[in-house]
Amino acid sequence: MAALEEEFTLSGVPLSAGPDGLLGVEPSDRTDQFLVTHSGRTVILYKVSDQKPLGSWSVKQGQIITCPAVCNFQTGEYIVVHDDRVLRIWNNEDVNLDKVFKATLSAEVCRIHSVQGTEPLVLFKKGAIRGLEALLAEPQQKIETVISDEEIIKWTKIFMVFKHPVLIFITEKHGNYFAYVQMFNSRILSKYTLLPGQEEKSAIQSFAASANRKFISLMSLSSDGCIYETLIPTHPSDREKNQVVVRSLLLKAVVSGDVRNGVALSVLDQDHIAVLGTPLSASKECLSIWNIKFQTLQASKDLLQGTSGQLWYYGENLFMLHGKFLTVIPYKCEVSSLAGALGKLKHSYEPGSHAVPHFVNWETSQEYGLGSQNSEQSRILRTRKVEVSLQPAVSASAQLLLTIKNDTEKHIEVELRKFLAIKQTPEFHTTIGDIVTGLLGRCKAEPSFYPRNCLMQLIQTHVLSYSLCPGLMEVALEKTDVQILQLCLQQFPDIPESVTCACLKIFLSIDDDSLQETDISTESVFDYSDTVRDEKMEEQTEIMENGFNPEEDNSNKEKPQGTTEETTLSPVTPKRAALLRNAVLHSAYSEAFLLPHLKNIPAQHVTLFLQYLYFLYLKCSENATMTLPGIQPPTLNQIMDWICLLLDANFTVVVMIPEAKRLLINLYKFVKAQISVYSELNKIEVSFRELQKLNQEKNNTELYSIEVLELF
Amino acid sequence: MDAFGGPIWSMTASPSGSQLLIGCEDGSVKLFQITSDKIQFERNFDRQKSRILSLSWHPSGTHIAAGSIDYISVFDVKSGSATHKMIVDRRYMGVSKRKCIIWGVTFLSDGTVISVDSAGKVQFWDSATGTLVKSHLIANADVQSIAVSDQEDSFVVGTAEGTVFHFQLVSVTSNSNEKQWVRTKPFQHHTHDVRAVAHSPTALISGGTDTHLVIRPLMEKVEVKNYDAALRKITFPHRRLISCSKKRHLLLFQFAHHLELWRLGSTVATGKNGDILPLSKNADHLLQLKTKGPENIICSSISPCGSWIACSTASRFFLYRLSYERDSISLQRVPKMPAFLRSALQILFSEDSTKLFVASNQGSLHIIQLSEGCFKHLHTFQPQSETVEAMCLLAVSPDGNWLAASGTSAGVRIYGLKELKPHCTVPAYNFPVTALGIAPNTNNLVIAHSDQQVFEYSIPDKQYTEWSRAIQKQGFHHLWLQRDTPITHISFHPKRPMHILLHDAYMFCIIDKSLPLPNDKTLLYNPLSLTNESDVIRRRTAHAFKISKKYKPLLFMELLDERTLVAVERPLDDIIAQLPPPIKKKKFGT
Repeated sequence: MAALEEEFTLSGVPLSAGPDGLLGVEPSDRTDQFLVTHSGRTVILYKVSDQKPLGSWSVKQGQIITCPAVCNFQTGEYIVVHDDRVLRIWNNEDVNLDKVFKATLSAEVCRIHSVQGTEPLVLFKKGAIRGLEALLAEPQQKIETVISDEEIIKWTKIFMVFKHPVLIFITEKHGNYFAYVQMFNSRILSKYTLLPGQEEKSAIQSFAASANRKFISLMSLSSDGCIYETLIPTHPSDREKNQVVVRSLLLKAVVSGDVRNGVALSVLDQDHIAVLGTPLSASKECLSIWNIKFQTLQASKDLLQGTSGQLWYYGENLFMLHGKFLTVIPYKCEVSSLAGALGKLKHSYEPGSHAVPHFVNWETSQEYGLGSQNSEQSRILRTRKVEVSLQPAVSASAQLLLTIKNDTEKHIEVELRKFLAIKQTPEFHTTIGDIVTGLLGRCKAEPSFYPRNCLMQLIQTHVLSYSLCPGLMEVALEKTDVQILQLCLQQFPDIPESVTCACLKIFLSIDDDSLQETDISTESVFDYSDTVRDEKMEEQTEIMENGFNPEEDNSNKEKPQGTTEETTLSPVTPKRAALLRNAVLHSAYSEAFLLPHLKNIPAQHVTLFLQYLYFLYLKCSENATMTLPGIQPPTLNQIMDWICLLLDANFTVVVMIPEAKRLLINLYKFVKAQISVYSELNKIEVSFRELQKLNQEKNNTELYSIEVLELF
Repeated sequence: MDAFGGPIWSMTASPSGSQLLIGCEDGSVKLFQITSDKIQFERNFDRQKSRILSLSWHPSGTHIAAGSIDYISVFDVKSGSATHKMIVDRRYMGVSKRKCIIWGVTFLSDGTVISVDSAGKVQFWDSATGTLVKSHLIANADVQSIAVSDQEDSFVVGTAEGTVFHFQLVSVTSNSNEKQWVRTKPFQHHTHDVRAVAHSPTALISGGTDTHLVIRPLMEKVEVKNYDAALRKITFPHRRLISCSKKRHLLLFQFAHHLELWRLGSTVATGKNGDILPLSKNADHLLQLKTKGPENIICSSISPCGSWIACSTASRFFLYRLSYERDSISLQRVPKMPAFLRSALQILFSEDSTKLFVASNQGSLHIIQLSEGCFKHLHTFQPQSETVEAMCLLAVSPDGNWLAASGTSAGVRIYGLKELKPHCTVPAYNFPVTALGIAPNTNNLVIAHSDQQVFEYSIPDKQYTEWSRAIQKQGFHHLWLQRDTPITHISFHPKRPMHILLHDAYMFCIIDKSLPLPNDKTLLYNPLSLTNESDVIRRRTAHAFKISKKYKPLLFMELLDERTLVAVERPLDDIIAQLPPPIKKKKFGT
């Protein structure tokens, strides 16, 4: 619910506001401070929470301020224009406006707009727009005429859309209204003719606008008291010079058509607008908040002493001239939200809470929430910080990419090491991806170029994935570089099944000698020693267990002994085993996609792999926990799934091979044994169910029961 | 008002909110003008061959997309004529299916139309040329719902397999401006069809046949990964579906299309903690009241004396008089209920069953005097402000002097029933009220809010009670505040003024105001083992919150008499067992 809070006035001294009221209220670079420009000669800086002025500046007698003072958010200075052409820039320390920086321009200024995140923009009365820096570099530069002679700028506003400023201004000519939208990222000025809606036959009195990423929603309050809305795209589809947009009715008769006091309109958020004027039913002026989504009046406040028909809205405060005083009415809007309905919307100023928990509101993301000015400020600061830290990294990566294109392998390696030593930035992984792509690009161009060490280093940064550098594994497959492949399989979460299969093929087919050669590098040796040590230990424990399990019956005992020969004799060399077991078995896959590729593996290799898997299974079933020793061993489920998959894919082939016969018989026996176990279990289940029934009868809470319950 | 197009299959408001489109069974798309006081027919669009199942406006309001059977039409709003007709491929996994139903369309501001259909496809169309741009086959069954984020950089679809897919607009390569829609994340939180999805800036929300509402936060938008950012599942409606007649030991259960009245059983035995007592009389199913027509029952209530039952649907209000003669029961409908009572949001009987309070969806509260078989309209409290906010929670004081009412957003109003005047308004709190109760004798109003805060407000004194201030000063236990489900019912013990009984879906709690409040260091849920400890330890660890999680999920709990509580559990397994079977997926496809 939207609510207006208790109003307060900003200064005890009546304002010498002219008949037109104030020139403007503009935010300064501090959250709580606002620049108020009188239509005469004075600019006052107010601190709203203290309700008192912090500074006041006046122009000389005879001069007159023609444009509201604004704050340059990039420098913290204030800017004002007097006598249409004279620009003054000063800061908090300056006392006299006569002695501050002065620039006389060649054309009359209409408004200066300044928002967070961009330099101030100067709008001239003839429609031209200049950035402040460019203007100050050459104050007397020629300013072109954009709008026709009889058009007069009625209203202007600036937005930030996609971090770029968008300035909109409305002109009037003989009762017709035109909207100009100036985009600063594309430097396009689009002109729109505002056509009145079907039933609208009245003059526009006040404008307000809000912008999202796609549209500027321009609201106009007409003399018939209704509010009309016009949607103007921020990205014009066709570049025609003059386009037509139609106003459509948004809210009916919110204020009376009586123009005596003037009316004003301000957009508060997506759903709420504030209207200042005389409502139909009353004769007193009042400020009302309307929900435009539900077309309901949310709150209203009578302003008995009359207003100047001007309204400004910044942060959470509405500013207006009430009687002779500048009045501030804080405005609060609780967005009705799902999180609120579930009670998960937290308040920062909850009275009873000890530590305010950080909370995520599902309705407003951190990115574009209607946060208070405070949070907005910190956000901008944060983005700046990120940008700053990003800058060197980006340039360093660009440099590195250049090195990659031309330099020797050795040099690239050195540079890369330097680059990796720099602290990681948020964009680190994409930069690494770019570097890998660069390296691979050169690999493809020069067949002799293969920066193995660089690639290894990059893979070990733990930020790469298959989709970030799809060429990497292909190159490694081409070069049959099993070590890189192993690393990739271990690190990448998203390897397609076809590539996994290709790796598997290589691991199985590569002959032992070359395996011995290639693997003499660092990591796999540890793997090797690990497996050897593990196997020794396993054997020991096995004997121990056998010794301590005398009650195992003989037939069972025979079996493990028979198989221990097989067990101890792993069908593959330890290095290959390390490859298969740690790389392939751990990789993620989905059956449907893996099966067709598994069919392409030659039968001998399938048998070998099956033998190895069976060997692993036997190893697994040796201990009570059903796990394999070693670091990150494959689980029993992984092993069984792979056996199933391999058999699924190649059963017809495997069944024909004599070498596989023994293995298949073993597997068959194993499955048969399992089936018999399960059928026995099924039998037990019946008796268990009976037991359960008995148990349930004991505490029968089925449908209706009466229980005794003691609470403590 | 009638749209004269047969059943309405789809409906959507224009981006500015001033126009409403509806899609009808006969293939017509009709445009209505919404003004503040009424809805007015504006015109028809070109008639299509078959029913219009989905509609979407272009954000600028100039064009619309309409999904029908086998094709999607794009209309120009100004002329009302179809500019393009995009035929959707009927084939389903290579097999030609009979029809392809377009369950959802979405018009993006760049002119792209996204459609989801019964063949399991998500398709992207260019509305300017009427051509298919891209197609994703994501399911073996229907894709039933779609929702786009406000920035149009991500959307979510729900399938009949219970899966929710997240699509995002991402750059093709790291530094290019070219962007592409990519299916990024699948979520499987549902067992049945996902009929509706929503996309908030930081979370995906989905709901469907399996009766769960799932809120899944988007982790990339979450800065701090804490408890609040966790996935949430909401199962029960946050309202009361059961009412109880204390005098006659009756329970009235509200279902979508019928009411059931049960008489509770009884026992003569006694026992110690945990015992289940033998029943001397089992529970009886007394009656089943079915509503005519397709409308759901919105609310229902049985009077404390057990002789009145009231219920309301969207268009009708029913009041029944029950009379008991030994074991038989007879039911008589009270005729000629006034029209203003229909579509009530909440019904409540006074403790002595002489008054009936009806909260209408227009924001007014009607009071009706009941006497032997007839009724009299006594008074209507009109909504106080111009903002029409329907009251959906009511509580009446046992002495019949005060009535408390609360709407969906914050704010509890209290009315004096003797002088029939508004008495006061409880100071506003930012969270919706989930349950209200007025204590006997003291006339303290206990208010539970959705953020798990509980307040006690003295109606005669028009201020919060000392106890309420004390607990607000100390703060509730953090485990109490972390509970997920709101308190849905509050009741009181007539003989123990210090006790407040309240419950949510997973626990019930008796708050003993005479005991010290727990702080964050004490255990909120006392372990069972304490029952065996000595009295000294038990006394030392005792605190105001006596919580039992014995019954869950708990739909209703009420104090029946001084020594008896009645609790109604609704096991999720039972709900799921009654649902139509979900689509089965085969695991091995060889």
